[in-house]
Amino acid sequence: MAKQEQKKKKGSEQSEEAATANAEVVEKGKKTEEELDALMDEIDDVLEENAEEFIKNYVQKGGE
Amino acid sequence: MRMVFGTETEFGLSVKHGDSPDPVSNAIFLVNSYPFLSSTSVLWDYENENPLVDARGFEVEGERERPSPEYNRLLNKPLNNGGRLYVDGAHPEYSTPECTNARDVVAYEKAGERILALCGAMADRRKQGEGHFSVYKNNTDSKGNSYGYHENYLVSRTVPFDLIVAQLTPFLVTRQIFAGAGKVGAENKTKWVDYQISQRSDFFEVWIDLNTMVKRPIINTRDEPHADAARYRRFHVIVGDANMSELSTYLKVGTTALVLAMLEEGRSVPGVEIENPVQSIGNVSRDLTLKRPIKLARGAQWRALEIQRAYWEAASLHFSGSDDPVVRDVIERWRVVLAALDEEPMQLDRVLDWVIKKRLIESYKERKGCGWKDPRVAMMNLQYHDVSEEKGLYHALERSGHVDRLLSDDALSHAQEHPPTDTRAYFRGACLKKFPKEVYATSWTSVLFDVGDGTIKRLPLMDPLKGSAALVQPLLDCSRTVTELLSRMAL
Repeated sequence: MAKQEQKKKKGSEQSEEAATANAEVVEKGKKTEEELDALMDEIDDVLEENAEEFIKNYVQKGGE
Repeated sequence: MRMVFGTETEFGLSVKHGDSPDPVSNAIFLVNSYPFLSSTSVLWDYENENPLVDARGFEVEGERERPSPEYNRLLNKPLNNGGRLYVDGAHPEYSTPECTNARDVVAYEKAGERILALCGAMADRRKQGEGHFSVYKNNTDSKGNSYGYHENYLVSRTVPFDLIVAQLTPFLVTRQIFAGAGKVGAENKTKWVDYQISQRSDFFEVWIDLNTMVKRPIINTRDEPHADAARYRRFHVIVGDANMSELSTYLKVGTTALVLAMLEEGRSVPGVEIENPVQSIGNVSRDLTLKRPIKLARGAQWRALEIQRAYWEAASLHFSGSDDPVVRDVIERWRVVLAALDEEPMQLDRVLDWVIKKRLIESYKERKGCGWKDPRVAMMNLQYHDVSEEKGLYHALERSGHVDRLLSDDALSHAQEHPPTDTRAYFRGACLKKFPKEVYATSWTSVLFDVGDGTIKRLPLMDPLKGSAALVQPLLDCSRTVTELLSRMAL
């Protein structure tokens, strides 16, 4: 019985730990998402305007 | 192992709202905007240059490059770091100085990007709104025009060229799994794919040849060692991508140097020959899962990863007693990267260019709800490679801590201005710095001094390991004039 209780306790401790770890993962995930959102905004800021026109005009021959 | 190697990068150049449509003039304007030259009048000495000698034992007919002194000065900017900034055809180009290890090659190649970025910023300023310069370290304009990234390895003449062909072909066909720079789309009449591993693989149509601009070969036969040809050959690799990632560059040149050094020391990797290298190089580039088998000449089916692992195993065994820290580091990182690629390639999204770029574009596409053929995606595909710190997407990732580095910013700044100390590049760079008025010309194999009275003295530097700091620094330090230096060198 005592053993079983101990086992139970250990189990619930473990799940508490898992929950904390999960929360950390979720938190980290959120942070990564936020960082990525910020990065994508930054990319929109630096990306050449009129991308279609820019790409069309970019020709690089010669060399090697 | 003791190897001398370095790289040449041809950059793409776009001039927005420019006053000149001529790409050659624009490239000349760009390289002439570099502000940190000791002298702007130094010539490039073409005397010993002959890119028409073929490793298969003959010389191809063709005109040698010999520009007039005035034009020579416009095209060539020998650098204090021992490297060369120049215009080749219609491209701005940068060669690293001769290095003896992969870490130095990365430092000098990345320093070159900074030099080109500075050229771009200064060119913009000089144009005062009549042109905005963007410089790209990639290999294609996505319209079927490819420009090169060439590696040069000085290899002992005792290694037969046939052995190099046999051993380096499977290696180079599969090396792109960690050295590819990533590309949206397909070119050169190949079937469209959303994304592929390599920038260059679409352009390789033959196995072995001297060409670099048409019908490009996996194995290039240019045999111009810029050293004693009786002792050395030059293995000229044109099949690689120009990388932004320091670690992709490090592994690319580091592993290739190890494979060549093994051949010099009598070890080769048996049973890796590929049945159809030209077909396989395209297939490997298009297999983002790295699961597709390649048919070997002996009939077996191996994945690109398995071929690379065979080279790694041989190198790991061969160099097990080596105390060279860079050799040991390259072997260890090579192992880690191959294992990670085998498990899940996308976990290398901080390490390898093709994965970093794929993750970046996919994240953008998801957020914006656009497809692979969206012009913004095409723009990202190009702008990832912009060398400008403000505009380059790789730089945006680096700044925000999304990519792993090999070197510090300080190391790159140092490499911009100082030559490596252990090759003849040291003597070249040190002379440019100490005697800017007296150095008349330089090349890989010479420094020419104007000693007055219309006399030019040519100091040959045929041995790439001579002219190191250990050998010449005391002479340079105690020579106040070029005449003193030359008399100490017994000229």
